[in-house]
Amino acid sequence: MQFKLDRRVHYSKRMLIATPVIAIALAVLVSSVLLVLLQKPVLLTFHSFFIAPFENFYSITEIFLKFGPLLLIAQALAVGFRAKVWNIGAEGQMIIGAITASAVPVYLVDSTSALLLPAMLILGALGGMGWAAIAAYLKTRFNANEILVTLMLSSIALQILYYLLLGPWKDPMGFNFPQTVMFQDEALFPALFEGVRLNTSIFIPIIFTIGIWLFMEKHFGGFKLVVGGLAPNAATYAGFSSKKAVWSSLLLAGFAAGIAGMSEIAGPIGQLQRSVTSGYGYSAIIVAYLGALNPIGIIFAAFFLAVLQIGGDVALVSADLPISAVHVFQGLLLIFYLATYTFVNYRLRIIRPLTHSNTKPTP
Amino acid sequence: MSTIEFFLAGTLSAATIFLLAALGELVAEKSGVLNLGVEGMMAVSAAVGFVVTFESGSHLLGFAVAGAAGVLVSLVFAVISISFLANQVASGLAVGIFGLGLSALIGRDYESRTIAATEGIAIPFLSELPLLGPILFQQNIVVYLTFALALCIGLTFKYTRLGLAIRSTGENPHAAQALGFPVFLIRYCAVAFGGLLAGFAGAYASTIYTPLWADGMIAGRGWIAVALVVFGTWKTGRIAFGAILFGMVSLGELIAQSMGARIPSQLLSSLPYIVTIVVLAMISTNTARMRLHAPFSLGETFDGVGPR
Repeated sequence: MQFKLDRRVHYSKRMLIATPVIAIALAVLVSSVLLVLLQKPVLLTFHSFFIAPFENFYSITEIFLKFGPLLLIAQALAVGFRAKVWNIGAEGQMIIGAITASAVPVYLVDSTSALLLPAMLILGALGGMGWAAIAAYLKTRFNANEILVTLMLSSIALQILYYLLLGPWKDPMGFNFPQTVMFQDEALFPALFEGVRLNTSIFIPIIFTIGIWLFMEKHFGGFKLVVGGLAPNAATYAGFSSKKAVWSSLLLAGFAAGIAGMSEIAGPIGQLQRSVTSGYGYSAIIVAYLGALNPIGIIFAAFFLAVLQIGGDVALVSADLPISAVHVFQGLLLIFYLATYTFVNYRLRIIRPLTHSNTKPTP
Repeated sequence: MSTIEFFLAGTLSAATIFLLAALGELVAEKSGVLNLGVEGMMAVSAAVGFVVTFESGSHLLGFAVAGAAGVLVSLVFAVISISFLANQVASGLAVGIFGLGLSALIGRDYESRTIAATEGIAIPFLSELPLLGPILFQQNIVVYLTFALALCIGLTFKYTRLGLAIRSTGENPHAAQALGFPVFLIRYCAVAFGGLLAGFAGAYASTIYTPLWADGMIAGRGWIAVALVVFGTWKTGRIAFGAILFGMVSLGELIAQSMGARIPSQLLSSLPYIVTIVVLAMISTNTARMRLHAPFSLGETFDGVGPR
C-alpha cells in the first residue's frame, strides 16, 4: 500500500477551518504522552491550560492583557509572511521600541505632562521601525538574508537592553536590580477597570487589526505585497517592486512590535526591565501561522495562545509544570499545524498494490 | 601554556561547535533542504548529551545518545517539510521552537551542574613543537575528527557518485528523479545527517567545550552555523575557515578581559552577532556569485510531480 498526495484544483475551505482544530487535538494528544512520561497529572494540566484561565474576572482580564501584544505583532508579521519576507526578529524590534519609549520617563522623571504617553507611543513605534529598517536596508541594498539578520539583531537588542539596565539607566535607589525607576502615572496607560492590569492600550491592536483587514482584503496594496514575495520576477514585470514589499513588511512589523514593547513598559510592567518582552516576539510567529496568516484567523489564534500563556502560569502552580512545557506545546502546535495544512491544498490518495484477486481475468 | 597559545587552542575548540553544525546544515542544503531548526536540534542534543554523560560518566555514550536525539528531531522536520510538503522556513522555525522548549524540559533538574572536564589528546612528537604543538596537537579527539570530516565531506561532494546524487537533488529534483535518483530518500538522509552532526555539536558544547548545562546555552550558535554555510558559499574549505574565524570572535570577550580593555561586556557579547550581519552583507552583495553557488532548488518543496 502506498500513499500519494494529489494537488487539489481548488484549495479546500473546510480543511482550512478544520486545520487548527486538528492541530490542537494532535498537540494535546502528544503532550499527554509527554506529561505521562514526566509523571505529571494530565487532566489537571489541561484543566489549568484551558479552563482555569476563565474561572475568575481578574484572570480573564489577564488573558486580554496577553492577547493585545500577540495580536498586534502577529497581524504585522503575517503581512510580511504572506509576501515571503521572513522577519523573525519582532522580539528585537519590541525590545528597542520599549527602550526608546522608556527614554521619555527615564529622562523626564518629574514630568506630569499629558504629552508623556503620546511621546512614548511615537518614540516606541519609531524605535521598532528603525531597528527593522536595518534589516530592510541590508536586504534590499546587500541582499543579506533577513531571517538571519533580524534574528541576530534581536540578540544585539537584548545586549543593548542589558547594557542600559546595568549602566546608565539603572535605578539608583533600586538595590542594584537591573531595572529603571518605576514610571510616573502620567507615563502609564489608565487601567480599564479598578484593580486589574488590563489597560486602554488594548484598543491599539484592535484598531490595527481592522486596518490590516481593510488593507489586505479590500485594498490593492495587499495584492502588491503578495505578488512581490511569491514571484519577484512576475512582480517586477508588472511594475511592482519586491524591494517595496521588503521595506513595507519590515517597517510595519517594526511599527507594531515597537508599540507592543511600549505598551508593556507603559502598562503591566511600569518600568524597563530585563524580561520586558515575555517572548511575545517569538510567540507571535506561531500566532500568525495558526491564524493561517489571515487577519480574522489571527484574532482567534492570538486569543488561544493568550489563554495558553495564562494557563501555563496556572499549571506552574497547580501541576508543578515548568514553563518550558508550554513552549514545547506551542512548538508541537505549529508542527502539527504545518503538517495538517498540507491537506488544504492536497488530497491523500491510497494506492493499493494490484493483488492476484483483482487481476484475475473475467471469464 | 602561554596566554596566546591558550586562546588559539580555545579558538579551534570553539570553532568545532560551529563547524560540526555547519557541515550538517551544508549537507542538508546541498540536497535542497533549508533546515532552520539547527538551534533547536543542538539545544535538545546538548541537554540529552549532558544528562547521559552526567549519569553514566561516559562521554562516548553521551555523544551517541545526543547524536540519536539530533537525528530524531531532524526527522520531525523532515516529515513535515519533505513528506507533508510544508514550507521549509516555517517547518524549521517550528522545530526550533519545539527543540528549545524540550531542551529546557530535559535539562531542568540539571541546571548549572557540571561534569569533569576531558583531557585533550597529545599527539606524540607533534605536540612537543613550540607554539604550534599546544595549539594544534593537544586538542580533544572530536576536534581532529571534525576537521577530518570536513575534508571527507568536501571530497565526497567533489568526486563521488553519492556527492553527485545529493548535489543534483539540490539543483533540480525533477531532473534527479528522472535520472532515477531517489529524491525523497536522499533528502531524508541528508536532513538526518544534518541532525546527527547538530547533535554532536550540541554534545560537544555541553560536555566538552563548557562541561555544564544551562538553559539557553547554545545562545544562537546554531543560527551562526546556518549563516556560516552562506559565508562559505556552500564550500567546505571556506566554511571551515569561517568556523575558525567565529571561534576566534566568540573568544573575543575573554581576550579583551585578559588584556584589561575597558569595553562593556555587552558589546563583546554582541560581537559574534554583529560580525555575522556584516559578513553576511559583504558576501551576499555579490548576487551573481550567490546564485552560482547556492543549490538551485534550495528551500523549495518538491511534491514528486512535474514542475508547475
